[in-house]
Amino acid sequence: MIEFRSVSKVFPDGTHAVDDFSLVIPARKTTVLVGSSGSGKTTLLRMINRMVEPSSGEIEIDGESILSRDPVQLRRSIGYVMQNSGLLPHFKVIDNVATVPILTGVPRKTARAQALELLDTVGLNRDLANRYPSQLSGGQQQRVGVARGLAANPNILLMDEPFGAVDPIVRADLQQETIRLQRDLDKTVVFVTHDIDEAFLLGDQVVILEKGAKIAQVGSPTEIVENPASDFVADFIGIKHGKRALTIKKTAHGSILVDSEGRAAGVLAGEAP
Amino acid sequence: MTWVLNNLGLLWELSVQHVVLAIPPILVGFVIAVPLGYLAYRFRLTRGLILTITGLLYTIPSLALLVVLPVFLGISLLSPLNLSVALTIYAVAIMARSVSDALGSVDPAIRQSATAVGFGSARRFWTVDFPLAGPVILAGVRVAAVSTISLVTVGILIGVQSLGYLFTNGFERRIIPEILAGVVLVVVIALVIDYLLALLGRVLMPWSRMGVSA
Repeated sequence: MIEFRSVSKVFPDGTHAVDDFSLVIPARKTTVLVGSSGSGKTTLLRMINRMVEPSSGEIEIDGESILSRDPVQLRRSIGYVMQNSGLLPHFKVIDNVATVPILTGVPRKTARAQALELLDTVGLNRDLANRYPSQLSGGQQQRVGVARGLAANPNILLMDEPFGAVDPIVRADLQQETIRLQRDLDKTVVFVTHDIDEAFLLGDQVVILEKGAKIAQVGSPTEIVENPASDFVADFIGIKHGKRALTIKKTAHGSILVDSEGRAAGVLAGEAP
Repeated sequence: MTWVLNNLGLLWELSVQHVVLAIPPILVGFVIAVPLGYLAYRFRLTRGLILTITGLLYTIPSLALLVVLPVFLGISLLSPLNLSVALTIYAVAIMARSVSDALGSVDPAIRQSATAVGFGSARRFWTVDFPLAGPVILAGVRVAAVSTISLVTVGILIGVQSLGYLFTNGFERRIIPEILAGVVLVVVIALVIDYLLALLGRVLMPWSRMGVSA
């Protein structure tokens, strides 16, 4: 469990990125922080592994303040997956995956053997182990990034818009893979995205953020769609006017559902078309 | 051409002496330039200071440097060490700047990513920043190497034997082929060393050929 208590962050240039933010992130669930740019979502994520230090407030992991932990040790104990993979371009794939175990003192041979298994876990061919990241496709690089995040078998996995830079088909694939991994591995995942569809797809708990990391609503995707807390939320998730604002349209062949633009979104199931 | 053929032994001997004189200043200069370049890259205060001083050092005429150095070092004007120190200074002047620029050229996103997965700062420097700066640093080393090889010839003015001998001797005795032989040999040595350095770079940094931007 990760707990934010009245956390604020003012950057040296005077930007209030986060203002009095409190949230409980449950263990072994996926929590998605979603918001547009400037909502402070990445800042929040980076505070968890002390890449960014809060100006005030407290962050605890399993009841222990992270400020009492050595930042380098803390980061090694938390998996981190970022946009554009963040792989080290001068390390082969296998060594990228084995990075964190080797940092923590696992013998190179053992770490590489485990890294090979992790390539299987994330659905990559072992033949890629000796390539350099630049020789892989964007989607493959992201998978390597995920494998690296999992390598030290952390309880917590932070994912910072990991699929933001890949094309939609690969992204859909990676999202399904993430769901499968989460089912198998049972990590506490904190996922940052600006894409509400991705948030609803992956999140057990979705946190919708406004500017300054002000929480607009927290809940399961169902709770949020059923009962949006504000106009902002309704707007953001597209139920006011957008692709989730569906209306029934009677046609000669039965009822179909159309969104606010009048585009057909589907049929009303159970009704004979 | 006849002169050249009659003096192959001398040419070989001078070439070997030339290379032997050129290599230590390049190596020592590199070892000194890395920490200086790091300081120049890391701290704004040291940056201006180091880059200005090394820049100025490079503008000192070599002959003047060879005369002034013995005064500071308390060695003989004619000592080969005098030449070595002078060449090292020039090598440092070139490489410190390129080390600093090279470290600055490393993608901050990669640096951040390394920190995020748990590299401590010293370890990150040696395993991430420094190797990724490698291609740009190597470019500086290659310039310094070629420059040093050509500067070694100046040593003949304080009596340190090298291919420079062919210039002074050929000039005094009006033997044009001797001078030309000197020029060609200096260029050949420079090209060979430059090629070897490029090769070393390819062996040490195989990833840099894959179109990776550091």
